Amino acid sequence: MENLERILSEHPFFTDLDKGFVALACGCAKNARFEAGQFIFHEGEAADHFYLLREGRVALQISAPGRGASTFLTLGPGEVFGVNWLVPPYRWTCDARALDGARVIAMDTLCLRNKCEADHDLGYAIMKRLMPVLLERLHATRLQFLDLYGAHV
Amino acid sequence: MSDTAGVLKPASAAPPMAPRVAHVRRRRHDAPDAWTLELEMADGAPFNYAPGQFNMLTAFGVGEAAISVSGDPAKGPLIHTIRAVGPVSRALTKLAPGDPIGVRGPFGVGWPMAQAEGKDVLLVAGGLGLAPLRPALYRLLGERARYGKVTLLFGARRPDDIVFRREVESWRGRFDMEVEVTVDHAGPEWRGHVGVVTGLISRQAFDPSATIAMVCGPEVMMRFVAMSLVDRGLSEDFIYLSMERNMKCAIGHCGHCQLGPTFICRDGPVFTFTRLNPLLAVKEL
Repeated sequence: MENLERILSEHPFFTDLDKGFVALACGCAKNARFEAGQFIFHEGEAADHFYLLREGRVALQISAPGRGASTFLTLGPGEVFGVNWLVPPYRWTCDARALDGARVIAMDTLCLRNKCEADHDLGYAIMKRLMPVLLERLHATRLQFLDLYGAHV
Repeated sequence: MSDTAGVLKPASAAPPMAPRVAHVRRRRHDAPDAWTLELEMADGAPFNYAPGQFNMLTAFGVGEAAISVSGDPAKGPLIHTIRAVGPVSRALTKLAPGDPIGVRGPFGVGWPMAQAEGKDVLLVAGGLGLAPLRPALYRLLGERARYGKVTLLFGARRPDDIVFRREVESWRGRFDMEVEVTVDHAGPEWRGHVGVVTGLISRQAFDPSATIAMVCGPEVMMRFVAMSLVDRGLSEDFIYLSMERNMKCAIGHCGHCQLGPTFICRDGPVFTFTRLNPLLAVKEL
């Protein structure tokens, strides 16, 4: 557990988080590995884990009828995915698939939500880390939506 | 060619409004709507230019358009990569080997190659924005020892839209530079990054005090790239953007390309973010 605590504290998402908080969050964490091509979660399923990527790459995808799966974001070491675990309805809104062998820290989201509810300082600290990720992805989506490199430019 | 404070000045001594005649030597399809033309000057004289400069190309009987040079300044032939977006550019992209073409230039202030010496150089390109950066990259690689770490971050719309694809792949294979490519949209067959090019900046390790950035692409993309670089600690003075506007005369007389107090053709197209930041904040300027 001590090793996992160190790994967690070294991940950019938890950088500079109070050691006591890291220890608390660590109680919800476990190491996991996904093989290349393996789905980590599917759209519509319960958001039961929040993932901190340590090694490898992960693609976030949405499938549309007749068009198959479309990747809208790839993530690398140091990044997080499964970010919609904190708010209801706790359900994935896309698929996540390992592109290479991916090593992650998987955090049990029910456990983490309970700890955030019990200790609002921890909850706020995690929220402050989650919000920039969400805003950055919202902004990136806007730019993708603008289709910047299209012929109209 | 003078080079005060590391900024290149226009070099042409030819009459600025008189085009030279060239012939298309080769034509290559580079992306769904972009073609690369290799040109040979009809008079056989060399065509000297600096990375980042542009020419006014004439499709005879149709008109003239400003197109950045995309070839190697140290080697012939003169190369332009053109996206077919309007009547003139469409006519230019349809020229076949042997066809005549008018060349007026080179014009404008290029990339700050002298200022970049001794520094790490970060090139950020979006879409066809790689074309004006390619001469700078040739210079960096041709005089590799003069520069520190060289990194190219390149964003395209889809995998099929990646211009200079074979060359980008060869750059990726080099040991003396780093290349990251991302696309906005991709199917499962694409194995590379997906996401906007600004996302590559946040993943990139660089020393802001020793880095100079050269950015070219759609204006919105450049704005957010520049802001991301500033967020990472890079000074606005060391972020260079290549602007695009409707250029007609290319010598600062007609005013078509005016951006606030500057003329893109004469004072640019390459500017520091320090100079552009207040102008880019003005909507519809």
